[in-house]
Amino acid sequence: MQPSSTDQPRENMNDQTNTGRAGPGTHAVNIGALTGQVEKMSLVDENPSINVNGLNLYYEEKQALKDITMMIPEKKVTAFIGPSGCGKSTLLRCFNRMNDLIDGVRTDGEIRIGDQDIFAKSVNVAELRRKVGMVFQKPNPFPKSIYENVAYGLRIQGINRRQTLDAVVEKSLKDAALWDEVKDRLDDNALGLSGGQAQRLVIARAIAIEPKILLLDEPCSALDPISTLKVEELIYQLKANYTIVIVTHNMQQAARVSDYTAYMYLGEMIEFNDTNTLFTNPVEKMTEDYITGRYG
Amino acid sequence: MSTVTQHISRQFDNELETIRSDVLAMGGLAEQQFSDALHALMQFDVSLAEQVIENEVKVNSCEVSIDEECVTLLARRQPAAGDLRFVMAVIKTITDLERIGDEADKIARMTISLAEKSGPRSYYIGINTMGVFVRDMVRDALNAFARMDSQEALVTAGKEPESDEQYAALLRQLITYMMEDPRNISSFMDAVWVARALERIADHARNICEYVIYFVEGKDVRHISIEQMEDEVRGG
Repeated sequence: MQPSSTDQPRENMNDQTNTGRAGPGTHAVNIGALTGQVEKMSLVDENPSINVNGLNLYYEEKQALKDITMMIPEKKVTAFIGPSGCGKSTLLRCFNRMNDLIDGVRTDGEIRIGDQDIFAKSVNVAELRRKVGMVFQKPNPFPKSIYENVAYGLRIQGINRRQTLDAVVEKSLKDAALWDEVKDRLDDNALGLSGGQAQRLVIARAIAIEPKILLLDEPCSALDPISTLKVEELIYQLKANYTIVIVTHNMQQAARVSDYTAYMYLGEMIEFNDTNTLFTNPVEKMTEDYITGRYG
Repeated sequence: MSTVTQHISRQFDNELETIRSDVLAMGGLAEQQFSDALHALMQFDVSLAEQVIENEVKVNSCEVSIDEECVTLLARRQPAAGDLRFVMAVIKTITDLERIGDEADKIARMTISLAEKSGPRSYYIGINTMGVFVRDMVRDALNAFARMDSQEALVTAGKEPESDEQYAALLRQLITYMMEDPRNISSFMDAVWVARALERIADHARNICEYVIYFVEGKDVRHISIEQMEDEVRGG
């Protein structure tokens, strides 16, 4: 027993055996080698993929998005959460101008992808949507064969060379983690697939044309838990090559798959933060109330 | 829990409230054990010391059952943000409470050992002073937990270095006695173990304060100096 304790006041009786101070013994641990460390992420370190600046959107008279300014980071998963009607799907649909298809929609402000303002007159919307792919809540395979579903995007671009199509179909289905389940029945009708398979097929169809950004609007809400996990695993794999933006009602899903999470409420962006911070120590009380189930 | 607003799920509120009140009950028990052990030591009350040893298992079983409540809540509710920090703070707090119980048990055993010896009692005043100081720290830490008051937790944690000084002074005193009166080294050693137990209990009280700060402020203030801790909490 050492008579002085002031220099090591917090010493634990067992500590001598398991800290780095143990020297060359078997218990010497390199703390930096711990694998469980939580990765510290910050938006300021990210490359922007989409820049949104002062975006307002109106359905007729009703304002659905209010002065949204944010940056979607490249090759990361960004989740939008919030109660129904908060504008998260509306915002997502702005990124490939799907809102253009709805009557009475008016926007102002700016969305830049790369150095291009996507609302500019010069923008070719079909071209934009090739770059910014989208997957919807309900899997919507075309009533064609599995093969033709994936090849569809290429065919409408005029690519019909069998070899090219074969290669792209195989790669896309592999990337979508569906290949092993369908490789022996590529000519079967895609409508015969299960919900989870159909959703992965739709993702394969989206990535066959090599978009830069993938928008997922509630991609798992119609799927069973196992299929959901498969899609989530797929999202994790895909972020190596794509910027992914996902809208989800399932907060645990946002917590599981995303790197950054935005909480929206009544058309406003309340908080946009790295997912670890947002789910453990959110800045805004409104966010806290929502993610802990106190909203209402 | 963290706020006045309630969960949409009342049942979730009830589960959190049950855990909170169970932790407070366990805290009360650990505090009582420590207080009884100290009283037994000062009064040479062997039967009270035996009672403390007997009750030790109660503190242990509190830890086990609260742990189970927390595991169940994590599995079923997937708490987030403040709720998650609360559950983490509870899981850690009960470990420290259980250890306070262990230290009380040690003090009780030393009491019985000392009572069997006819050694001198000259070290009493020092032990008693430190004992009362640490007992107040434990009480304040539990109050801070009950009110989830990070300021009170900060003030209480700030007292821990003083307990280290008292421990060091007590050791010097006991070593002096040992040199003066080597025949009674055995008794003095028992007293050293009691002092050590008190020093550890003060550490546990500080830990509990740190978990309160973690829960309230969302800041991890472990393994930093009191000054840094103040900066963290006041820094907002």
